Amino acid sequence: MSEPLVELRQLHKSFGDNHVLRGIDLTVAKGEVLCIIGPSGSGKSTLLRCVNLLEQPTGGQVFVAGVELTHRDCDIDKARRATGMVFQQFNLFSHLSVRENVTISLRKVLKMKRAEANARADVLLNRVGLADKASAYPAQLSGGQQQRVAIARALAMEPSVMLFDEATSALDPELVGDVLGVMRELAEEGMTMLVVTHEMGFARNVADRVIFMDGGVIVEEGKPAQVINEPREERTKKFLANVLEN
Amino acid sequence: MSRRQRLQLVRGGIYALTIAALALLFISVDWGALGGALFKWDVVQKQFPDILTNALRNTIIFTIFGFIGGLSLGLLLAVMRLSKSRPYRWFAATYIEILRGVPLLVTLLILGFGIPIATGWSWPNPYVQGAVPLALVAGAYIAETVRAGIEAVPRGQMEAARSLGMSYTRAMVTVIIPQAFRIIVPPLTNEFVLLIKDTSLISVLGVTERTLDLARFGRNGVNDSANATPLVVAGLVYLALTIPLTQLAAWMERRSKVGRR
Repeated sequence: MSEPLVELRQLHKSFGDNHVLRGIDLTVAKGEVLCIIGPSGSGKSTLLRCVNLLEQPTGGQVFVAGVELTHRDCDIDKARRATGMVFQQFNLFSHLSVRENVTISLRKVLKMKRAEANARADVLLNRVGLADKASAYPAQLSGGQQQRVAIARALAMEPSVMLFDEATSALDPELVGDVLGVMRELAEEGMTMLVVTHEMGFARNVADRVIFMDGGVIVEEGKPAQVINEPREERTKKFLANVLEN
Repeated sequence: MSRRQRLQLVRGGIYALTIAALALLFISVDWGALGGALFKWDVVQKQFPDILTNALRNTIIFTIFGFIGGLSLGLLLAVMRLSKSRPYRWFAATYIEILRGVPLLVTLLILGFGIPIATGWSWPNPYVQGAVPLALVAGAYIAETVRAGIEAVPRGQMEAARSLGMSYTRAMVTVIIPQAFRIIVPPLTNEFVLLIKDTSLISVLGVTERTLDLARFGRNGVNDSANATPLVVAGLVYLALTIPLTQLAAWMERRSKVGRR
């Protein structure tokens, strides 16, 4: 775990007068699972969305798999294939079946043959436990099932890093476990993951490293046991006290 | 008397008055004269088969070409209006404002007559002369409908598509526009019905026997027979065209709702 896969250098992002990210330096090694925690408005989702340039940083550099995404000449559509993203609201394509959701990028971006794309989709759907739902439409699935399809869809492009943006926050409590289970398996298989989450249990048990963000900066980082169980910074202590209380 | 009883009494009164008025109308109308002027059977028979083989055919041709042209143009204009490029947005907005603001009749006359007079260029045939202005105006209306549809697709759909490596254009074509179209089936049907009826204006450009549309066919029939029956028949043929369409759209709307929920 030494080769850096994601590297952020002095990353800044402002929305108008709102300075959301204030100089983030972060390196994520290949195979590492990094959990990002922090209060809402701390900039953690924005940070994640800067990694695949869904948000254009106002300053600094983003490197993924050796490519600088923030470079002027970077082909961003091509560079984004190195990252897979899972959203809080799932964002499945509602006009496409589950299988088509997984294959659409294979066929339209990679120009893969339909049969080959379907074969890959079936493997992935099997992996997230939804092989029997391949012909269903997103609206016919529960939130947890939709999110697992979204994970399969992101994996289809064989990204080198997966970005999870509060992937379980919109789910009913009893459906959270299935999605976290898939994420945990993915981590165990060696996928590099950046996970913005409020699930402290997941962070503690699965993450290799946890960073705590507040006010657009990284306040504290370290092993999950250290950051979550024995936080050093006052702000971290306060946040964790609030979260773990519930 | 309670509030509810009062309301019932008022409603009963309104019903009674309406029925009385209708009955009075029914008694006072000279049904024989009305039938003779608006629905004379031998005149009805004389409309066929030309009204179907010629007039209906022409109305359909104008409508189809007007709609296909208008839809293509509308799609292009909608995408331009949502573009990041200011000149594109400006062009599309200006185009839409002008062609929606000017009556179709005026646009038809300017393009159909004015342009040939001004430039010496002439329209290749009367179908093109009628369908092109129709499509140009329909495009302006459809553009606004399509734009509303695109804007109604949740933002996350574009983000998800981009995160999978699709370009903006690819995401628009494969993800956003297909979803937008499901949303705009009802207003788009409305545009289509309006277009069917708007083809009746094309005859101001002058018509040959061959390019008569339904409305003009009806008017000519009135002149020939000195009787209003041909217009009634033409009206019924319009309805035979529009009612199945609106029913089809309603069915499609119900079906897509089942798919969504």
